[in-house]
Amino acid sequence: MLTAQLLYGLTGCVIVALGLRGALLHPSLLQRVVAINVMGAGVFMMLIAIAYRGPDLPPDPVPQALVLTGIVVAVSATALALALARRLHVEQGND
Amino acid sequence: MNTASLLVFDGLLLLSIVSLAWASLATRDERRSVILFMAFGLVLAMAWGRLLAPDVALAEAAIGAGLSGALLLAAVRKQPRPLSSGSTRGSRYLDGAQVRTVSRWGVTLLCAALAGALAWALLHAFNNAPQDALHRSISANLEASGVSNPVTAVLLNFRAYDTLLELAVLLTAVLGIISLGQTTTGYTPAGPVFEGLVRWLVPILILTAGYLLWVGAHAPGGAFQAGATLAAAGVVLRLAGRRIIGLPDGFMLRIVMVAGIGVFLLVGLTVLVLGRPFLDYPPAWAGALILMIETAAMLSIAATLLLAFVGGQPRSMPARAVANQQHEEMS
Repeated sequence: MLTAQLLYGLTGCVIVALGLRGALLHPSLLQRVVAINVMGAGVFMMLIAIAYRGPDLPPDPVPQALVLTGIVVAVSATALALALARRLHVEQGND
Repeated sequence: MNTASLLVFDGLLLLSIVSLAWASLATRDERRSVILFMAFGLVLAMAWGRLLAPDVALAEAAIGAGLSGALLLAAVRKQPRPLSSGSTRGSRYLDGAQVRTVSRWGVTLLCAALAGALAWALLHAFNNAPQDALHRSISANLEASGVSNPVTAVLLNFRAYDTLLELAVLLTAVLGIISLGQTTTGYTPAGPVFEGLVRWLVPILILTAGYLLWVGAHAPGGAFQAGATLAAAGVVLRLAGRRIIGLPDGFMLRIVMVAGIGVFLLVGLTVLVLGRPFLDYPPAWAGALILMIETAAMLSIAATLLLAFVGGQPRSMPARAVANQQHEEMS
């Protein structure tokens, strides 16, 4: 096991927890969306840490491809969530 | 670089990542939160570069930090007085969200427990999982994939099915956005300095998108990074107050939206008819087929991301959707 793998992987765990806490507790809807994105970034960091195999070996492309897919899915979900939030705002008569 | 200085670099990078994530969630100011989140994304892209994942770094900088940030900032702009006005409180701030301190601590503890469980699982994986079995079979078959960038090979050949479904997710999300309402109002025309920047930036972004698409076959890049860069050109045009931002009109827009998934399916079904498994390209044609799919995917990704930024049904689309009629009755 490499030090870098361990460092980045464990930081990923911390970021997931930070994001989840924000998504559950934050009073602002918009910042809940930000928090879910932060949580996703933590998961990505764990996957990229798993893919890393030291400076001399090429990294594993499968987790990297998964993260690329994940980034695009995350931005789609973010855009949809924001559109829903905007509609909610309109429905509640605040526009 | 020696190991000790690399360790210092890692430490500083991770410290700034965690502090940016913390700061963006700790603040009550939404605009500040979004800007900190964008900084978080950019520093994250550096971390991906450090861990030898340049493809992911490009996508993170363009999509994770760039376009997500633009979407979030546009959402902040739409509701300019979130905190000061008492009457809007009910909508932006959930009524039940004033959680009691006890449950607040409970949630925090549970999240910490989750972090612990994840760390345990990760350590278990590092210690026990066979680390290079999958990797070995990919490098053994890279020749036959039609491209020499292993990440592109995984995305568009070995696990093409995932990418096909990902394009479906993107399309579904944008259909949801379109059915939720009309586009937001445009921006005021840019001043001379920004206008000058736009004239430089937009052609460069389009050129970069083409380059990223082409280079993805053998170096970091590909349809997603290229599509995001192309969408960024449209975002810049919209921010500069232009009414024409590169999105086609009416029926053509629908074609562009489904082009990625359509060409992908067409290729998959054609090889199926030719007697091969679904999406299993003949090695001699793989390179050309992947480029064809990626070109269509780039256009679709750019159009959908730009539609997401515009935030609703373009006015050029005939207003037939039920949700849309309801929306107009409402307002």
